[in-house]
Amino acid sequence: MPASTLPESGLPAPEKSRISLRSALLWTGVALLGAVAWGVLALARGERISAVWLVVAALGSYAIAYRFYARFIARRVLRPDDRRATPAERLEDGVDFQPTDRRVLLGHHFAAIAGAGPLVGPVLAAQMGYLPGTLWIVAGVIFAGAVQDMVVLFLSMRRDGTSLGQMARDEIGRAGGAAALVAVFAIMIILLGVLALVVVNALAHSPWGTFSVAMTIPIALFMGFWMHRVRPGRVVETSLFGVALLLLAIVGGGWVQNSSLAGTFTLSPTTLVFCLIGYGFVASVLPVWMLLAPRDYLSTFMKIGTIALLAVGVIVAAPVLRADAVSDFATSGAGPVFAGALFPFLFITIACGALSGFHALVSSGTTPKLIQKESQVRLIGYGAMLMESFVAIMALIAAATLEPGLYYAMNAPAGLLGATAESASHAVAGLGFTITPDQLTQAAKAVEEQTLIARSGGAPTLAVGMSEIFSGVFGGAAMKAFWYHFAIMFEALFILTTVDAGTRVGRFMLQDMLGNVYKPLGRVNWKPGIWLCSGLVVAAWGYFLYTGATDPLGGINQLFPLFGIANQLLAAIALAVCTTVLVKSGRLRWAWVTGVPLAWVTAITFTAGWQKVFSTDPKIGFFAQRSHYADALDAGQILAPAKTTADMHTVVTNSTVDGVLIALFLLLVAVVIVNAAVVCVRAIRSTTPLPTTEAPYVESRIDVPGASVEPLAGARS
Amino acid sequence: MRIRHWVRAVRWYLRELTGEADYERHCERHRRHHPLAPVPTRREYQVLRTRHQEARTHSRCC
Repeated sequence: MPASTLPESGLPAPEKSRISLRSALLWTGVALLGAVAWGVLALARGERISAVWLVVAALGSYAIAYRFYARFIARRVLRPDDRRATPAERLEDGVDFQPTDRRVLLGHHFAAIAGAGPLVGPVLAAQMGYLPGTLWIVAGVIFAGAVQDMVVLFLSMRRDGTSLGQMARDEIGRAGGAAALVAVFAIMIILLGVLALVVVNALAHSPWGTFSVAMTIPIALFMGFWMHRVRPGRVVETSLFGVALLLLAIVGGGWVQNSSLAGTFTLSPTTLVFCLIGYGFVASVLPVWMLLAPRDYLSTFMKIGTIALLAVGVIVAAPVLRADAVSDFATSGAGPVFAGALFPFLFITIACGALSGFHALVSSGTTPKLIQKESQVRLIGYGAMLMESFVAIMALIAAATLEPGLYYAMNAPAGLLGATAESASHAVAGLGFTITPDQLTQAAKAVEEQTLIARSGGAPTLAVGMSEIFSGVFGGAAMKAFWYHFAIMFEALFILTTVDAGTRVGRFMLQDMLGNVYKPLGRVNWKPGIWLCSGLVVAAWGYFLYTGATDPLGGINQLFPLFGIANQLLAAIALAVCTTVLVKSGRLRWAWVTGVPLAWVTAITFTAGWQKVFSTDPKIGFFAQRSHYADALDAGQILAPAKTTADMHTVVTNSTVDGVLIALFLLLVAVVIVNAAVVCVRAIRSTTPLPTTEAPYVESRIDVPGASVEPLAGARS
Repeated sequence: MRIRHWVRAVRWYLRELTGEADYERHCERHRRHHPLAPVPTRREYQVLRTRHQEARTHSRCC
């Protein structure tokens, strides 16, 4: 039977899609290539394989998923209708609502969702080997992450771009809505604290890094002044000039490091914490055009450029994967980077890149108001998330190409490694890997850093991996230090952009909430209200940043699980909203599309949360840890890695706060899920469909040539 | 010819992505809705745009 007459199953589509012989051959080829790459990954045991296999396996899977699964979701489940006017068309005001070219919007949306997250998580997760991480990133994005982004985008678009919190209130109910709102705020605070901590760990005692990252502030101020006052609105030329200055700042960092100024820029973690807190406050109260907007442009340009460069580097240099495919820590759960077994902690550690609840906020904010045609949700929602997933794969490759000995010397907690190359080498040997003190010193010297010991947080590890890959393609060993600091700078730039923007978003949310208590606080232009709310938001994430930077047990090692659980819980809220709407709108048959990922993410977050709260192993359970240290304090003992009684008190306080927070998050999300389940049951039992808040149908007047190449099921004819 | 085509495409994309092209679109809209009023200058538009940005948040993910 020729491929072109394959019958369509399921619902009758108004126009049958025909698969041409050429397309059938092409997709068979893609599938075979992907399958061969996965086969190589699965069968390679004990020998080192090239990273190119990871790239091919991932890209092949993405192509198949986009062509078939995303198309299936669009045609059968969401049923977008290109004859229906989108909010961008109906409500066009030239500012918030504006039909935007799909390629441009893809760029916008990608720049908004991808940042440091997909770069950090996979690096930490490399402790379990590269294979579990790769499998989760690829399978997670195809069946959960990209589905969430696309469905939320579609639902928000059908509701004139309402936010996730509002959709939760409208579609689930008041209790669910309120819980979702509080959860979103709390989760954002944790996110900002942890991301800022990544910057602190990357810049501590590094005059080169500190100088070049500090220079981004005057560069952004200059760009803002130029774009606002001198040549208004000339963003492209200003941004290109800004990027050139940025590269100069990276080179300049090398000069500063070797000059008498080095001391000024050599800062301790605690000093950096206060610098960041001060910066975060100032950035969020300054006019947007001065600092936030130009930094955002700079960050977007760097993001797209560097990611493209990394892709080229990985393919051209084709580095060898030095990490184990599956390490012993995957089963024992005793890894030094994060404690706990593969299930559930791998799925918590890699959030962005596989499934990230935070994207639901972007997909339900700006993007839905800019979509030109409904069918474009597939490209923008699903496609952009596949691109982010690919970034995560490259980060994983960068980490897996490092010698495992170096990886652990950089990522285990400082308390375990000690301060010298000898002690670190000894500690790494204790973990079952080897690196000589001399190799460690050499590795630090190659990137012109004082030390690489205990540079946790993921950014330095990624930077070393990237410098290896880049220097193999561009510039050789002499350029290693430049590429290392280039990578550090580019991660810090993303994170600072997120910190600026996140603090502002947090401020607006807080003003909105507090405005119910005291009216003037809700006004967005009342200066004291702005300062108070900004101050509160900065103080909140600053607290986590400070405790993270001073935690004797290693801040990243303690806080990253909290961040991961928080992010995935947000995904649970988003998927609960999606599933509820599918059920309410009579699509129970297809509710598994978001229901299965919801069940999965609920299983991992609640298992992880449960273990973090109730585990009796002090390495995993926060309260077990608390009583472990509190008992020792009562007995007058000091437990390593704490060195003083004050350290012991810090551990006790931190583990209490972390434990209480996790319990609170779980409770909030449980409220949302239970409320959603009640609504779903009511919808199934009800004979008439429950009301949803979808905006009424208005016929579209714009024609987009070539936008709807594929016939869409459910389109009105 | 090919190279020029690509340069133009890249320039178009960057201008659209950064919102630099918004000004022309705004002017075109303005002419449509208020044919008698003069269109704002780039500088005036920039002020409008900034005032608008101030009241809005833009989520950036991790």
